Amino acid sequence: MSIDIDTARRVAKLARIRVDEADLPRLAGQLSGILTFMEQLNEVDVTGVEPMTSVTPMRLKRRADVVTDGNIQAQVLANAPDAREGFFAVPKVVE
Amino acid sequence: MTNVPANANELTIAQARDALRAGDLTAVDLTMACLTAIDAGDTLNAFVHKTPEIALDQARAADARLAAGGAPDLCGIPLGIKDLFCTRGVPSQAASNILRGFRPEYESTVTRRLFEAGAVMLGKLNMDEFAMGSSNETSCYGNAVNPWRIDDRLLTPGGSSGGSAAAVAADLCLGATGTDTGGSIRQPAAFAGITGIKPTYGRVSRWGIVAFASSLDQAGPMAKSVRDCAILLQAMAGHDPMDSTSADIPVPDFEAALTGDIRGKVIGIPREYRMDGMPAEIEALWHRGAEMLRDAGAILRDISLPHTKYALPAYYVIAPAEASSNLARYDGVRYGHRAKLAQGDGIIEMYEKTRAEGFGPEVQRRVMVGTYVLSAGFYDAYYNRARKVRALIKRDFETVFAEGVDAILTPATPSAAFGLGEMANADPVQMYLNDVFTVTVNLAGLPAIAVPAGLDGQGLPLGLQLIGRPWAEADLLNHAHVLERASGFVARPAKWW
Repeated sequence: MSIDIDTARRVAKLARIRVDEADLPRLAGQLSGILTFMEQLNEVDVTGVEPMTSVTPMRLKRRADVVTDGNIQAQVLANAPDAREGFFAVPKVVE
Repeated sequence: MTNVPANANELTIAQARDALRAGDLTAVDLTMACLTAIDAGDTLNAFVHKTPEIALDQARAADARLAAGGAPDLCGIPLGIKDLFCTRGVPSQAASNILRGFRPEYESTVTRRLFEAGAVMLGKLNMDEFAMGSSNETSCYGNAVNPWRIDDRLLTPGGSSGGSAAAVAADLCLGATGTDTGGSIRQPAAFAGITGIKPTYGRVSRWGIVAFASSLDQAGPMAKSVRDCAILLQAMAGHDPMDSTSADIPVPDFEAALTGDIRGKVIGIPREYRMDGMPAEIEALWHRGAEMLRDAGAILRDISLPHTKYALPAYYVIAPAEASSNLARYDGVRYGHRAKLAQGDGIIEMYEKTRAEGFGPEVQRRVMVGTYVLSAGFYDAYYNRARKVRALIKRDFETVFAEGVDAILTPATPSAAFGLGEMANADPVQMYLNDVFTVTVNLAGLPAIAVPAGLDGQGLPLGLQLIGRPWAEADLLNHAHVLERASGFVARPAKWW
């Protein structure tokens, strides 16, 4: 599978990573190399094999559906690049 | 005090524990010795955030606890903490610019357990960015340097836990935490001539450890001996309600398991690990390691793990897929870096610019690979197929364990440490090949340990890997203990830094 420049641009967009147009050919080449490496997986007969979801068979623990923490607004916001009046602040989303 | 060692930082954890309890050494003196060594070791770039005030406070508290009697094994033992662990109030950046300035409001379960056991934190250790790398060259802090050197070149300490390996090998700390997603404890341990164990998935809580690939990540100790790893793992392991994948099963006494008796144990030698182009020295070391275990009474058995060759490609689908999901949280909103925005930039530009500035090239590459294999139309072809192959890789191990194999012996790495920068122009896949012997274990969720077993012709350490049954870390440590004693590896890097 070869990744062309359009696909590289689309993947960068999906990943929300800005990539300069000039860097797209190199990126496409590297992604193609990695995907070619992955193509080896096509040699394996996986008929009837279930995809692994958990490496250790275990039922996730359950607990009562109750609030166990909270009231730590200052701590939650402490590392925010921009926090105002108890909220995370971001550029305007709706025009 | 008459029995104070001249360079207390060179002690093992077991030796320091005994000296502290006997009153031959104080935690403050031991900590000072490490802090001095750290300052003298800046060339190695192992410690990237030093925390001397915290260390001395903890050391004073440890001395009081030791004086009161009944202190735990780790009381007063100075450790380095990989930058991937969140430590309250102390920079925890995962070696990424995107987390510059981040000071967690909480403590990871592993570090909390270590500190409750009296351990002393000397600082945070260098690593590959988000643990993605095998040479510590993707770090935002610059390269960590291996204390082992044979000529003018600076060598990699391996990765991603490169700072941990360098710090322990250079006696800057008595032990360190590492994490292992595809070999990130075992490969650097082998490159630096120290010991490191990746526990069974679920043995150690992942809570508060910056996530890379959640189904593969597992934290473990890196130290100067198997015994030290046993002591550290004891404190790190155990059920944690904060991590839903943490196993609620008893933790055995790991140090007590080091009996040296492995008579009758069956050691599997997997033929698929005999790779084309593997250096003859590594093949010979592997053979010697097997003989050592046989001489100690173990039974060697040739085994087959037929899907071994597909482990790396499966890993490089699954790990980036999980990473692309885990790293979606770095968006410039809640913590870390936010790009400077131009007039009129909206929230999408904020995400894209922040992530382009904050993530290094390898992390960007893996996030995009992960995005691609999870995207509509490719999910089945790549991600689901890789998860099926993963099931087959796990089945390979289950089959040999069901046939009576107790542990599996392999080389730890396909080469000794290489020079920093030597892989700069290589294809990314070339670097991935470093994980060829270690990555199967993460896919199968098994415990495995790297033990230094000899020097190559140039004088660089080489390691062997032992892989154990699920939850059999105690036996695994005992096997490693036998290998450690038989190989008699005592070489240390000559101090040049």
